[in-house]
Formats: sequence, C-alpha cells, structure tokens
Amino acid sequence: MITFESVTKRYPDGTVAVDRLTLEAPTGRITVFVGPSGCGKTTSLRMINRMIDATEGRILLDGVPVQGIDPPTLRRGIGYVIQQAGLFPHRKIVDNIATVPYLLGWDRKKARATAMELLERVGLDPALAGRYPFQLSGGQQQRVGVARALAADPPVLLMDEPFSAVDPIVRTNLQDELLRLQSELNKTIVFVTHDIDEAIKLGDQVAVLQVGGRLAQLADPKTLLSEPADDFVREFLGQDRGIRRLRFISTAGLRLRTDLTVAEGFDGSSPERWLLVVDGDGRPLGWRSSDRPEELEPFGTFVHGTDSMRAALDAALLSPSGCAVAVDERGRAVGVATRQALDEALAEAADG
Amino acid sequence: MGDGPPSIWEWIGRNWDTGRADSIRNLLTDHLTMSLVPIVLALVLALPLGLASVRWRWLYQPTTGLMNVVYALPSLPVFMLLISVTGLSQTTVIIPLTFYGMAVLIPAVVDGLNSVPDHVRQSAVAMGFTPLRRLLQVELPIAVPVVLAGMRVVAVSSISLVSVGALIGQGGLGGLFTRAYQNPFMPPVIVGIVLIVLLALVADGLLVLAQRLLTPWVRARKGQAS
Repeated sequence: MITFESVTKRYPDGTVAVDRLTLEAPTGRITVFVGPSGCGKTTSLRMINRMIDATEGRILLDGVPVQGIDPPTLRRGIGYVIQQAGLFPHRKIVDNIATVPYLLGWDRKKARATAMELLERVGLDPALAGRYPFQLSGGQQQRVGVARALAADPPVLLMDEPFSAVDPIVRTNLQDELLRLQSELNKTIVFVTHDIDEAIKLGDQVAVLQVGGRLAQLADPKTLLSEPADDFVREFLGQDRGIRRLRFISTAGLRLRTDLTVAEGFDGSSPERWLLVVDGDGRPLGWRSSDRPEELEPFGTFVHGTDSMRAALDAALLSPSGCAVAVDERGRAVGVATRQALDEALAEAADG
Repeated sequence: MGDGPPSIWEWIGRNWDTGRADSIRNLLTDHLTMSLVPIVLALVLALPLGLASVRWRWLYQPTTGLMNVVYALPSLPVFMLLISVTGLSQTTVIIPLTFYGMAVLIPAVVDGLNSVPDHVRQSAVAMGFTPLRRLLQVELPIAVPVVLAGMRVVAVSSISLVSVGALIGQGGLGGLFTRAYQNPFMPPVIVGIVLIVLLALVADGLLVLAQRLLTPWVRARKGQAS
C-alpha cells in the first residue's frame, strides 16, 4: 500500500505543484491519477520513488517512509514505465528488459532468462530480443517498457502516461493487455493519465486532481461518473457521463427472449415482426423481417454476462430490429434482448 | 637510369632506413607520435571538461569561447612562443595540437551528452541507476557516435598539422617538404604528401571501424531507415 499523508510540493519560486495530498493506493489495485496538465499528477507519482522530493508531508510504502530510503535502492524496488518508453537505444531489447536485474547484481544468465520470459509475457515475439529499440514500433517499445518495469518483480508499478504517445488502436490493445497482466500479477499500480476514459477503464480507484495539485475527488469509476464531487469533476468527466457509466453495469441481469430464434431456411409464419435466423451451430446470421422475409438484415451482438450494458445497447442500435443478440463466449446466440428488456435494465441502472 | 637524378623509388629505397634521424622511417614514427599523442590527450582532457560543461551549464560558454580563441591562433607563432618553454622538442608541437583537438572535442562531448533523450535519462534515474553508473552505462555510450565524429575531424587535422612543426625542426614527415626549399627535387615532397594522406586515411578508417564495433545500434537504426 502506498500512503500519501498531507503531501505538498512547493518549488522555490513559490509554485505549489501538489497541495496537501492525502490518499491511499491499496495493495494489488490500480489507482489512477487523472487531471489536466499542471494538476501535479506526474509530480505526485515521482514523489513516490523520490525522483522528486516532497516539501512537506510523508509518503509511506507499506508503512515505511520513502524519505528514509536511499533513492537508487528505493527505485530498484519500484517498477517505472515512462511515456515514450524511455528505452536505452544502445542496448538490445533483452538487455533493456534486464536493466534492473543487472543493477541488482543478478547473474547475467538468470537476468536474461527472466527478460526472455517477460518478453513473451507482454505479448512480444522472442525473436525481438536481439533487436535494438529503434527497430521496434511505438507499441512494441511500450510493451518492452512494461516488461522492463516488471523484470525484478517489484510489488509496486508506477506508470507515467505510458500509452499516450501511441495511436488509439494500439493504446486500446495496450490497455487491455495491462488489465490482463494485472489480473495475473496483482501489482500495486499508480497510473498517471490526462485521459479520463483511460482512467475510467483502468482504475480500480480514480483520483481526480485539479490545477494547483488539489485532490478534487477520489472514488471508484462508477461512483465518479454517477456522483461527481463538484463542478470541476463534472466538467472534467465530460458530456456523456451517463452513457459511459453503462460500462459498469453488467448484462447478467438482462432479460432475454429465446422464442425469437429460428433456424436457417425457416419458412413458416410468426406473429413477431422480427426473427433472428441462426445457422446449424447456433451462430446468428441476421434478422428476418416479416415485411421482406427473403432478405436478412444486419445484427449486433454482445457477450451475455461478460459485456457491459453499453455493449448491449450498442448492439441494439446497430440493427434495424432494435434488438441486441446475446451470444455466449463461442459466438452462439443464447437469446435476444428486446427494446423492452433493455429499457427495463436502463431504468434499473438509473435508479442504482 | 644511370647518371640522371634518382627515380622516386630509388630515392625511397635509399632514404627509407638510413639510421639517421631524418630517414623516412624515423620521420614517419615521429609524425605518428606527434599526431596521435595530441588526439589521445585531447580526448582525455575534453571528457572531464565536457562533462563539467554539461553539469554546470555556465561553464560551457567560457570554456568553448577560450578554446575557439586558441583554435584561431596561427600555429607558427604558438610554436615560436612555446620554444622558450619547451625548446625545439616534440612537446612544442604536441601542446598546441592538443588544444586544437580539445577545441573540437569539448563541444562534441557536450553535444553527445545532450543527444541523450530526456526520457532515456529519466528512465535511467527511475530504474535506480546511481549518477556515476548512469553516466558510464547510459549517457556516455549514447554520446559515442557524436564524440567519434569529432575524433575523425581531430585525427585528420592533427595528422596534417604536424607537418607545420617542420619549421622548428619537428614536423615529422613535414621535414620532407622543407628540403624542397634547399633543393628543387620533387620525390621527397611527393613521398611526404602521399604518406600524410595515407596516415590520415588509415586513422579515419580505424575510427570508422571503431564506430561500427562500438555502436552497432546506430547502424541498426540506419538500416531501418533505408
């Protein structure tokens, strides 16, 4: 656990970067510092590993004040991922990853073996081990950056806008990958970003900071979206808070109809205007309209119980039938969420 | 053949190793000493001065300013001045050439260290490098290509400049040129020029080789770009 006890950073010219910050980053969880530029989020992060020293207050790592630990020793025990990866251009990928093990004086062979394991763990081809950073794409470099931070298996990981320099598709992949890794590793992560969507996606708890380094709100993402503490937080969250909140509502309780599904080649009549046509394996093929039964209309799917209400609503909006197709993990249709069912679920979400 | 002036090859054969101080072989050795010692000395001195100029930024302007003034001084009067201190020795040639080398290498060391991207330096700090280790294992290796580029300039100019020392009797192969004043006989001049150019080419080639061996990551980067 990382504890901030009324931490202030004041520069000699009087500028206050962080103002009496008090919060806890619980063990095994992702805490996100989010806010506009100048809110002191990176400064706060860097005070944890003493790249910047606090002016007042204390930061404790599992109860031990970091101010009492020699900075290089402290830092070797804390993983750090920087924007633009910060890889060493003159070292091969495997040696970049093994940086901290080398600093800790591990046997070279053991350090390299660990590096190779991590290379695979972050989803990279082991053939990249012998390359230099310039030969990798931005996304690959960032994965190497994550592997390097994990090399000595530190319990704490600090991530300073690690994904903001890559394009949106790669960023989404890296975010998903981080969540997958975290589900295996359970590190105590402090993640800094200026992107509220990234904060909401990744954070177990989100600390919204405002200019001048004041903590505006500390909450889990769902609470943050439904109960912003003040106008600053509300404005920072943006316009579509309600829609984004749907991400946190499960589709497990969504009522499904199973009587609207028919096999391919169905030629009978039905009182229903829309019927879902599925193939022999139960995979959806399209919607059959009673007006034009010869043509199949497009459909949208969501994984029942796994995907959020946002995905279900999205699926419904993709189809002229207005219904969303619920599928299982293998893509087989398990039922249909009608507008009525979606409406009920949304009403329930709005209440709670 | 016969009675005419000797051909260039005959002249080389006769003068290669006479055992005298002005044999071609001895002049070549002198030339090598007087050009290589300043290159090495300049590097050894430029490294700490360059490091200091990066660490304390205010040092950079005065240091390079002074070096540029030294660089602007014509070598001949400098030799003359030094004779009163170091006499007609090789040291009299080595000292100014070392300063010329430093004038090129200090900015090269500074530029090299400044070429380390900020995010690389910061990540080194965050990984837990001590300042000395960071310098030796991250910053200096990344500065190597820029420093070596400076070394190539210094090596070639140093090898060429030694010959001016001939005017005080310490010019290495430059000694072959001064003879042409006394006797309009061309072979020594040609041999001198060819050997100096060859020396410069070999030195440059060795530095390019060193660059390839020391910085494979730069080659990898170019390979990627092409």
